[in-house]
Amino acid sequence: MSTILVVAEQLGGELKSATLPTIGFAKQAAAATGGEVVVLVLGSGASGAAEAASRFGASRVLYVDGAQYADYLAENYAPAVVEVAKSVGATVVCAPSTTTGKDFLPRVAALLDAGFVSDAIDVAEVDGDVVYKRPIWSGNLIARVTSHTDITAVTVRTTAFEAPAEGAAVSVETISVSSGAATNAAFVSFDQVKTDRPPLTDADVVIAGGRGLKSGEAFGMLEELADKLGAAVGASRAAVDSGYAPNDWQIGQTGKIIAPNLYIGVAISGAIQHLAGMKASKVIVAINKDPEAPIFQVSDFGLVEDAFKAVPELTSKL
Amino acid sequence: MKILAMVKRVVDPEVKVKLTGDAQLDPSILDYKLNYFDEYSVEEAVRLKESGAASEIVVVCIGSGDAQKEIRTALAMGADRGILVETDEADRLDSLTKAKLLAKVVEREEPGMVLMGKLAVDSESNAVGQMLAALTGFAQGTFAFKCEVDGDTVTVGREVDGGTSDVKLTLPAVVTADLRLNEPRYASLPGIMKAKKKPLEVIDPDDLDADIDLDEPAIEILGYELPPQREAGEIVDSVDALIDRLKNKAKVL
Repeated sequence: MSTILVVAEQLGGELKSATLPTIGFAKQAAAATGGEVVVLVLGSGASGAAEAASRFGASRVLYVDGAQYADYLAENYAPAVVEVAKSVGATVVCAPSTTTGKDFLPRVAALLDAGFVSDAIDVAEVDGDVVYKRPIWSGNLIARVTSHTDITAVTVRTTAFEAPAEGAAVSVETISVSSGAATNAAFVSFDQVKTDRPPLTDADVVIAGGRGLKSGEAFGMLEELADKLGAAVGASRAAVDSGYAPNDWQIGQTGKIIAPNLYIGVAISGAIQHLAGMKASKVIVAINKDPEAPIFQVSDFGLVEDAFKAVPELTSKL
Repeated sequence: MKILAMVKRVVDPEVKVKLTGDAQLDPSILDYKLNYFDEYSVEEAVRLKESGAASEIVVVCIGSGDAQKEIRTALAMGADRGILVETDEADRLDSLTKAKLLAKVVEREEPGMVLMGKLAVDSESNAVGQMLAALTGFAQGTFAFKCEVDGDTVTVGREVDGGTSDVKLTLPAVVTADLRLNEPRYASLPGIMKAKKKPLEVIDPDDLDADIDLDEPAIEILGYELPPQREAGEIVDSVDALIDRLKNKAKVL
C-alpha cells in the first residue's frame, strides 16, 4: 500500500494551476502501486486553496496554517513537509516542477533520506519496479529510473500530465505541525511581473521572440499580436541574455517548459535548449527570415519572412 | 571567508545521441566539458574574492580522474585550490549520493559559502545544492541572479516563476547560480599557466565515510530511450496562407 503525498502550490490563498496535473501524476502513481493520494497545502489564511484542491480525487486534503507560510521560503516549507510525510506514511512525496517545487523538494528529499526524481514525465510499474521517466540532456534523451529508498521525492513536469476531472469534494482536515520558522533565512520580497496576459505555463497560445528581433522595443509588436489572441509572450534564452525580454519570459531548458495549443516562434532560430521547452506544443508555427533555421525542422507551419513585415500583417489580418 | 565552488564535468548535451542495443548510451559519442552554470558560480566566487568578501576559493568536483581538467579550468578563472573526489561511477551517481559526499567535504573545509550552478546541463536534476543545504543545515538561495554579502549575511535575488524574489540568509549558505548572475570571464593565458601549479588534492570517496553505497545509489538508471521526434511540416508562402492553415487545417484560431 502506497501513499502519494502531493504538496500543493498556492499564492495568496489561490491554488496554483500547476498543482492539478501534479495530482494527475499522483493518481497515476497510486494506480501503479495500489495506493492513495493525499494533498497537503501550507499557507497563512489560505484554506481556500485547500478547498479548491479537494475536488480532484484525493482521499485526504490536509491544511497547515502558519504565519511562516504566508510567503514561500524553502527553510520553512521543508521541515513541515517532512513532518507530514512521516505522519501520513508517504511513500512518494511530489510537487510541481515549478521554481517553488524545485527549491524545497530536494531539501525535503535529503531530510527524508529519499531518492529524488526530477521532472518526471511518466510513472508506471514494470516488473515489480516503480519506473519513472525523465528528460535529460536538454530533452535530447529520456532516462528510465527507479528508486531504492523507502521514500521517493518527485518533481512533476506538469505539461506531461492531465488535470484530473473535477468531482465530489472531500472535507479539508486542518492539522498542525511542530516545526516553526527558520532562524537562518528570511523572505524579503517578491517582485511580481505585472501583466494582464495569461501566465506562460497556462496559456493556450504563446508568442515567443528571439534574438533576431534585435531590441526590446521589437517585442512590442509581439505583445500587440498576443493581445489580439489572448496569448502569453515568451522569449528565447538568447533574447533574454541580450536584455530584450525579462528572465521570467524565458522558454527552454533553463526557463519555462510550455505546451500550449499554439506556439508561434518569431525570429527564433531554434537552439536545442529552447526546443526542449516548447516542442510539446500542439501546433508549432515558426516565422523566421532564415530558411535554414533549425526551428523549421520541428514546426507544423513555417513562414520564411522578415518578422517586422510578417508580424504586423498577421496582427492586422486576425 | 572561504568559498567552496562545486563544479561538474558534464556530457555536452548537444551531442548526437546514440543508444546501444540494451538501451544504454554508446560511450563513443560522449564529449565532456565544464557545466556552464558552474562557470557562473566560479565567476561569482572570484568576484567575491576580488571585492574582499572572500579570502579563499576551493573548487570541488566529484568525477573521474579526467575531471582534473574541469577543475583546472576553474582554477584558471581564479580559484585557489582544487579537490577531486575521484570515482569512475560519477555519471551514475544520483543527487542524494553526491550531496552526501559533498556534505562530508563541507564538514572538513568549513566554508562560509558554497556556490554552484543551479543545475548540471546533462543530468538536469537541479537538486544537489538544495540537498547539500539540508544535510549541512545551511540556508539556501537557489536560482540566484544577485548575491550580495554583507557581514555575516547574504541577500540572494532569485529568479522565480512570475518575477523575482529576494531572501536574506545568515551565513553559511548554499547559493546556486542562474544565468543573469554575472558574465563569466575567459581564463587568461597567465591564469591558465598559474592554474597548472595550484594544489589539487585527490580524495577517495571511501575516505569521506559518507552514508552511501556507490554500487547502489538511491536512484538507479535502468536505461535510456529517445524522445518522440517531431516531423517538419509545411512551409507556407504568405501570411494569408498561414492564417488559412491555422483556421482550417490546425483549427487553432
